[in-house]
Amino acid sequence: MSPLAAYLILSAFLFAIGLAGALTRRNAIIVLIGIELMLNAANLNFIAFWRFSDHPEALTGIMFVIFSIGVAAAEAAVGLALIIAIYRHYKTANVDEVNSLKG
Amino acid sequence: MNIIFAIIAVGTIAAAVAAMSLRNLVHCALALTVAFAGLAAAYLQLGAQFVGFTQLLVYVGAVAILIVFAILLTRGSEPPQQSVLSSGWPAGIFVTVIVLGVLVYAIGKSSIVQAAAPAQPEVTVRQIGDALMNKFVLPLEVVGLLLTAALIGAVIIAMKEEGKK
Amino acid sequence: MTDTADQIFVTLNHLLTGLAPAAWQPLVAAVISIAGIIGAFATLFAITTVLERKGLGRIQNRYGPNRVGPCGFLQPAADGIKAIIKEDIVPRAADKVVHFLAPLMVVIPAFLVYAVLPVGRNMVLVDYDAGVLFFFAIGAATELSVFMAGWSSRNKYSLLGAMRAIAQMISYEIPLILSAVTVIMIVGSLSTTKIVDAQAGYHAIGLPNWFVFTPWGFAGFILFMVAATAETNRSPFDLPEGESEIIAGYYIEYSGFKFALFFLGEYMGLFAISGLGITLFLGGWHAPLAFLEVAPSWFWFFAKLLTLIFGFIWIRGTLPRLRMDQLMNFAWKFMLPMALINIISAAIWHFMPPGYERWLVGAALVIGPYVLLGRGLMAGRKLEKRTYRFAE
Repeated sequence: MSPLAAYLILSAFLFAIGLAGALTRRNAIIVLIGIELMLNAANLNFIAFWRFSDHPEALTGIMFVIFSIGVAAAEAAVGLALIIAIYRHYKTANVDEVNSLKG
Repeated sequence: MNIIFAIIAVGTIAAAVAAMSLRNLVHCALALTVAFAGLAAAYLQLGAQFVGFTQLLVYVGAVAILIVFAILLTRGSEPPQQSVLSSGWPAGIFVTVIVLGVLVYAIGKSSIVQAAAPAQPEVTVRQIGDALMNKFVLPLEVVGLLLTAALIGAVIIAMKEEGKK
Repeated sequence: MTDTADQIFVTLNHLLTGLAPAAWQPLVAAVISIAGIIGAFATLFAITTVLERKGLGRIQNRYGPNRVGPCGFLQPAADGIKAIIKEDIVPRAADKVVHFLAPLMVVIPAFLVYAVLPVGRNMVLVDYDAGVLFFFAIGAATELSVFMAGWSSRNKYSLLGAMRAIAQMISYEIPLILSAVTVIMIVGSLSTTKIVDAQAGYHAIGLPNWFVFTPWGFAGFILFMVAATAETNRSPFDLPEGESEIIAGYYIEYSGFKFALFFLGEYMGLFAISGLGITLFLGGWHAPLAFLEVAPSWFWFFAKLLTLIFGFIWIRGTLPRLRMDQLMNFAWKFMLPMALINIISAAIWHFMPPGYERWLVGAALVIGPYVLLGRGLMAGRKLEKRTYRFAE
């Protein structure tokens, strides 16, 4: 198995773990942690492909990951602000109980 | 080389599993920090120095602390009384297994499995800076705008409402 | 002769490495360098504890410790023995794993950042292309360990101290990094050795080429040092560990060797960030005047480091503690705009031709915002006339 395949499998596992956490946990913050893990797994994918590509001097992989890290940090900040605001209103951070719009 | 990759991989996956399955939320956040550090080590192993250090600076130094603060502000530090799993968790596990299966199958069947590894590229920070200012200047400016909007938005959303009851 | 004294540690390293078998030589060289760095800075830590206590004592018109050894200079040995043999008390409700790991997480990043500091000519452990970024990235790891220490003790005061410490550290990280960005911008590289090399040489009147002798460099140096004082929780920014406020802040529940590790980590962080300030602004290991180059390069680095440490001790003994809201206002409303304007000032300096005009513009861009911001931020307060009361 080539090193590229090894990194891709690692990234696939991280993505699956993040997905499992995001879909099964009750607390909204853990869901956000799962989403961050998924983003990081995708970043690892990009860097692995950049490293083993034919034209690494084009720096596309690195550029994408730099922007992705920045945007993910911004999204984490806004997401956590939302969770804090929801907690202030519903007095809970439990995703099952924030269901006022349920039909 | 392979030993280092094996250590990084096992450490990161163990930390990620711990982050997703522990009961105590602060322990989850700390395990996530270890996972981030493991990923930074993987980036350094792949030769992307700048990205590795940026990952440490942004994720371990800022996002992990944000998550910890949010856990404390939403009273998550007390141990939960009910189960940690939400309703409908079997469907989640099912979807995850299908996604993982598809990904691993796709990787295994593709042509990259047997390819040889090319030489390590030498990337200096100067090249990254040049690229950021010439080829990628538009995304750079847009990200700046986005970060400003996110900053202001996060502050406004999380601010206490004044004047209301 | 001076060259041998200058490179004495490098030649020593080569000699010792030559004794090892060929396959192990890189590892042995690295281990010897690491041992040298840890030995040097740990000794400096021991000396600084005594210097600080005696210095503070003299500022406060009393002797410092003067019982142990000649003039009290064996005090660190006594402190070390006490710390090691003291009982290690862990609260019953504490989170054992996190409580144990927190001191390690403070000390390990504090030692790791010494890898990119050039202590002398050819004496840097690792010459990363992104050295300064490595420094700041590893320094950011310290903040999480502060939280771990405060939260795992299950103590309200401890948690409060940890929250304050983290808020302070995050707030002051931005002016710190922005003031370093001016130097990086002018030099064009993140590598610490290149930054030191860019400050070689001397001006016509004998002043060295250091960045601190330019308007933006002077402002940047002051900003960097103030932010460094706040980052390492030193007075006057030591509210998180203020002894009269919340006893010891986030390390209340630590005793014995773990407390000594926190202490060690704090001082190591102080030396490291002073070392970075010296590298960025004070010319690294270069001598101040041309004829003083006979002294070895590592001597000059440690001389500058000791001067900065003396400055820190002096400020600690002189200024009162800042309140939390004063601290945060200072960071966000004063230091951040000053740091941003400093970047613009450095850019203008770079593009103007050498001469007295760029000094004028640079000085105006530093003094103007300082005065305007200072007056503007203090405008709402009514300050009374200062009165002095003397003991009768």
